[in-house]
Amino acid sequence: MKKPILAAVAATAFLAFAAPATAQTAWGPGADDAAFQAMLRASFRERPGAPLTRLEQDPVQAFCSDPAASQSRAAAATAERLERENFAAVKFPADGQFLGDWRRGEAIAQSGRGLTWTDGANQANGGNCYNCHQISEAEISFGTIGPSLLGYGKLRGNTPEVQRTTWAKIWNSKSSNACSNMPRAGHMGILTEAQIKDIMALLLDPQSPVNK
Amino acid sequence: MKRRWYGAAAAVLALAFGGGLTAQTQEETQRGIEAYRQALQQGNPAELFEAQGEELWKKPMGPRNGTLEQCDLGVGPGKVAGAYARLPRYFADTDKVQDLESRLLTCMERYWGIDVQPVIDAAYTAPAKREIIALTTYVSGESKDVVVDVRPTHPKERAAFELGKRMFFFQGGSHDFSCATCHSEDGKRIRLQDLPNITERKGSALGWGSWPAYRVSAGQMWTMQWRIQDCFRQMRFPEPIYTSEATIALSVYMAATASGETMRTPGIKR
Amino acid sequence: MTSPMRIRANVRDGVVDVRVLMAHEMETGQRVENGRPVPAWFINEVVATHNGKTVMTAQWGPAVSKNPYLQFRFRGGAAGEKIAIKWTDNRGESRTDEATIA
Repeated sequence: MKKPILAAVAATAFLAFAAPATAQTAWGPGADDAAFQAMLRASFRERPGAPLTRLEQDPVQAFCSDPAASQSRAAAATAERLERENFAAVKFPADGQFLGDWRRGEAIAQSGRGLTWTDGANQANGGNCYNCHQISEAEISFGTIGPSLLGYGKLRGNTPEVQRTTWAKIWNSKSSNACSNMPRAGHMGILTEAQIKDIMALLLDPQSPVNK
Repeated sequence: MKRRWYGAAAAVLALAFGGGLTAQTQEETQRGIEAYRQALQQGNPAELFEAQGEELWKKPMGPRNGTLEQCDLGVGPGKVAGAYARLPRYFADTDKVQDLESRLLTCMERYWGIDVQPVIDAAYTAPAKREIIALTTYVSGESKDVVVDVRPTHPKERAAFELGKRMFFFQGGSHDFSCATCHSEDGKRIRLQDLPNITERKGSALGWGSWPAYRVSAGQMWTMQWRIQDCFRQMRFPEPIYTSEATIALSVYMAATASGETMRTPGIKR
Repeated sequence: MTSPMRIRANVRDGVVDVRVLMAHEMETGQRVENGRPVPAWFINEVVATHNGKTVMTAQWGPAVSKNPYLQFRFRGGAAGEKIAIKWTDNRGESRTDEATIA
C-alpha cells in the first residue's frame, strides 16, 4: 500500500514539474482514467433533480479528487491558481448590501433540503450549515466537520473587510481554500444572493443569537 | 423498552441544556447517545428479517422451483457461515467481483429461474426488494463476530479495490462532495451522527461491519447497497444503480480496509 | 398473514427474563401516503402466559414503534417450561408463539 502511494506522489511531482498546467492522477492498476470513466458511466442513472451531468467535474473537483496529489508540495501552485480563479468568480452583492435578516438566515442554516432526487423542485434550497458547524448556542444538534461559528461576528467585528471575506467564503469557499470541504453556495447556485445575505446576517448582525 | 429509550433521549437533552456547551458536556452528550444505542442493541428487529431470510434460503421459489441451498457465496455451495466476512470477492463462474447482494442475484437467477432486472430496478421500499433484503440480513447474521478477511489478490479484485478507492475520493455534484468529505477524519459528526473514518481499519469496520442494519426511525432494514445509495443521494449525485460496479468497488475498498476487524451484523441504527 | 415472534426466556435465581420481538407494522393512523391517510393498525394487547396462568398483560397504543421489542421479568418459572406470548391488534387479528425457558 505504502509503495504505490509514494510512487504516485513521485510520478505526480515529476509530471507536475514537466507540465505544471495538467493535474495528473495516478491510481493503482486497473483504475486508470478510461476504466474509471467507464465505471462511472455504467454505474449511475439519472433521477429527476439529479442529472448525470453531476458526474462531470470542474477543475477544482478534479484536482481535489486525488488527495495524494493535491496535498503534495508540487501541487501548491495549482491550488493557488484555482483559488485565484474561484475568487475572481465571486459575485459580490450588486447593491452593496451584505446583510439580510438573521431570522431567515437561521432557517436557511437549519435546512438541509435541495438538489437531491427526493427534493421537489418547488422548494427553496437549504444551506446545510448546521450539518457541519456549530452556529447559535440554542441549537445543540450540530456537526463538527467545519469549525464552530459561535460568536463569529462578535470575535471579528462587522467591518466592510470582514463582510467581504465572509461573503467570498460562503459564495465560493474554494476562493480561499481550493480543497475546502464546504460547498460553494453561490458559485454552484445552491443559495440565492438574498439567501446568502440572510446567512451573512446570522453570522455578523450584532442582534443575531450567534453574537449574543 | 419505549420508556427506556425515551429516558436515554431525555438524559441527552437534559445534559445538553444543563451546562452550556463545554467540552465536558459534549462528552456527556456523546455518552447519552451511546447509552441510547446500547439500549437499541438489546432487541434488534433485524432478527425478524433474519428469520424471514433463513426461511427464504431453504424455500423452493420461482419458475425453476429451486432453493438457494446450492448457492455458492464463495466458501462452498450452500455454505453461509462466515461467507459475508469474505465478501466481496472474485467469482470465476461469473468472471466478476461480487458483493453479497449481487451474488444473491446470481443465485436467484440460477436456482429460482427469475428475471432479476425488476429486483435491480425496484425502489428499496418496493415489494420486489423484500426477498433480497431478508436474505442479505440472514447471511450477514451468519458472519456476526467473524473477522473480516477481504484481501484483494485476483487482478480483478485488485482493480476493484483501486477503483473503489478512487470512487471514494471522487468529488462531484452541486456540492463538491465525495465520500471522503465526511468519512476521512476521526471524530467528526453530521449534526449528532458520528461519522466513521473509512480510510483506516477501525473506522472502516464501524461502517462496513455494521450493515445491513435495522433503522429504528424508519422501521426499515437497510442493506449496504441501500446505505451507499442514500449516501450518494445526500451527496447530490445521480442514483447509483443497485449492485453496479461502482458500489461493489466501494465495498471492496471498505471491506479490504476493514480486514482484521470483526463483523457486527446485522446492526441497528437510530 | 402474520410473522412469527422471536422469544427468548432465561431463568436465573427463580426469575425469568423474557425478551420478545414482534413483527408488526404499528401504523399510527397519522401517516399520509400518496395523499391518503394510512389507517391505524397496531397491537393493542399483549398477554404472556406461563402454565396456563397469565403473568403479564400490556395495553398498547399507536405510540409503540414498528416491530416492537418487549422485555419483562416474572417470578416462579423453571427451565424447560413453556412461556406463551399472544398479541392482538385493533383489527382483531392475533398471533400466539411459544418458547421454552432456558
